[in-house]
Amino acid sequence: MGGNGESWRQRFASTALIIGFFLLWEACCWLFHISDIVLPKPSQIFTTLYLRAPALWPHTVQTLYTTLFGFVLGVIVGVALGVLVGSSKTAYDTAYPLLVGFSSIPKVAVVPIFVLWFGAGTVPAVLTSLVISIFPVVVNVATGLATTEPELEDVLKALGAKKSEVLWNVGLPRAMPYFFASLKVAVTLSFVGTVLSETVASNRGIGNVMMVASSNFDVPLVFAGLIILAILGVLLYLLFAALEWRLCGWAMRKTDLAAMG
Amino acid sequence: MSAQDIDHPSPEAIVLATKPAVMPAPPAADAMRSKADLIDLEGVEVTYGRGAKALKALDTTTLEVRQGEFVALVGPSGCGKSTILKLVSGLLEPSTGVVIVGGREVAAKAVQVGMAFQNPTMLPWLSVRDNVMLPLKIVVPYKHQFRAKRKTEYRDKVEALLEQVGLGGFGDKYPWQLSGGMLQRASLCRALIHEPQLLLLDEPFGALDQFTREELWATLQDLWQTRKPTVLLVTHDLREAVYLSTRIVVLSARPGRVIDDTEIDFPRPRTIEMTFDPAFVGITQRLRGLIFNMRSQIGKA
Ligand SMILES: Nc1ncnc2c1ncn2[C@@H]1O[C@H](COP(=O)(O)OP(=O)(O)O)[C@@H](O)[C@H]1O
Ligand SMILES: [Mg+2]
Repeated sequence: MGGNGESWRQRFASTALIIGFFLLWEACCWLFHISDIVLPKPSQIFTTLYLRAPALWPHTVQTLYTTLFGFVLGVIVGVALGVLVGSSKTAYDTAYPLLVGFSSIPKVAVVPIFVLWFGAGTVPAVLTSLVISIFPVVVNVATGLATTEPELEDVLKALGAKKSEVLWNVGLPRAMPYFFASLKVAVTLSFVGTVLSETVASNRGIGNVMMVASSNFDVPLVFAGLIILAILGVLLYLLFAALEWRLCGWAMRKTDLAAMG
Repeated sequence: MSAQDIDHPSPEAIVLATKPAVMPAPPAADAMRSKADLIDLEGVEVTYGRGAKALKALDTTTLEVRQGEFVALVGPSGCGKSTILKLVSGLLEPSTGVVIVGGREVAAKAVQVGMAFQNPTMLPWLSVRDNVMLPLKIVVPYKHQFRAKRKTEYRDKVEALLEQVGLGGFGDKYPWQLSGGMLQRASLCRALIHEPQLLLLDEPFGALDQFTREELWATLQDLWQTRKPTVLLVTHDLREAVYLSTRIVVLSARPGRVIDDTEIDFPRPRTIEMTFDPAFVGITQRLRGLIFNMRSQIGKA
């Protein structure tokens, strides 16, 4: 692994940047005498986070659980639809405008509809997360499949491979990098959806905590909620990035991969 | 050369006919087929697209290839050479006419086919070994035991073939770690691993430099001599065609049609030195003349 020193330096730089960001924030608050109600200091936010951790924990779990539940369902439905749409040129060309139309609707707009149908609570939050994660996955999987080089498929077809064998051996592996790219987008969007839905219509979850905190002018708690969301988002992103590296390192053309074998 | 010449069995065809053991066991009652054609294009035409965009790629073409032959298809670019390979591999249906392979319509898949293209088309997510092994995962009867044998017998089989083309020890590499010439060697292995009766090669060396190409001629000749598949090779390199094949078929400019059919009977194994022999050069010059005339006619039209 020749790139080791390089990647450590990279990680060090990223960490330094994050710490630097918070330090700068803290410094600005002191220098410009910014009120806690407007922008609390990071030190204050982290103290709140620490002190209120026992109370925040169940809400964090709730939000994470809701998001992931909707996200996983969304990904399953998304992959199925994506395979359907991407497996033939005609289906792709026909469905693409509709897909683009759907994905450009701000999905948060459906929250009130879900609340209307299913009442307040966890269900609309799960559904919002689901609906949000479907489209990036469908579009990317379909694009990955539809743009598979015909020559690659011909290799298998000439051997007399069945359609399913071509899909399994060429189409799906070829679409993998597209799929993972969409997962990374979908999981962060999914959080946005859940939190928004919790803000509007739920009495649990980080979204709700932030809503209540802001109506009490407990601004440090609102920011603590933001930090929790950011941490969850980053953790899930890293999880999928690691999976991506493992499963489709080939698309990144790193010589390191051979060593991983 | 007239089409009649094809009906006189060549020395190779006779050798094959008297040694039926060489033949992959054909279905019963097919014994008389052994001398007959492996490939038969009968009055085949191909038109791509419809209406105003229709493009006739292949004009009424009749072509027979006997078991064990090594036929080179040459002709100006765009004349339908790749189209013929797609017909024979069953990737494409003719607009009119029939394509018979192994005595049955091509769709019946009576004959196992191996194929290699100008671009190496290795799957980038698989190691060279897994790429070469791919046909064993797809083709009957190998596929039935794929799970059981992929780590043992099949692996050894792949390794032996890689060794034969000079890629011993490269099985664990990924395609992007190989040079163009190495990729084409691997590509040949993938086309041959399931021991197909019919090998279809579409300008397999077209993207390589002269030296690598000449090395690969020797490799391919060696593979052909040890395994004796029937080969249909598309190429635009006339030296390559004469070096490798037992017969050269020249197609006219689009829409393609067979305009010349020449048997090549230099002794084997052929060498690069032989390609400078006056008789050899004579043949390439004659073919070059044929193709050049066609091109200048298009120029005037
Ligand atoms: N899928 C296709 N759709 C439309 N036209 C095609 C297609 N494939 C090939 N053609 C056209 O048919 C003609 C013959 O193509 P091809 O068989 O690939 O020629 P070549 O002899 O160069 O291999 C070319 O003019 C090409 O542009
Ligand atoms: Mg071609």
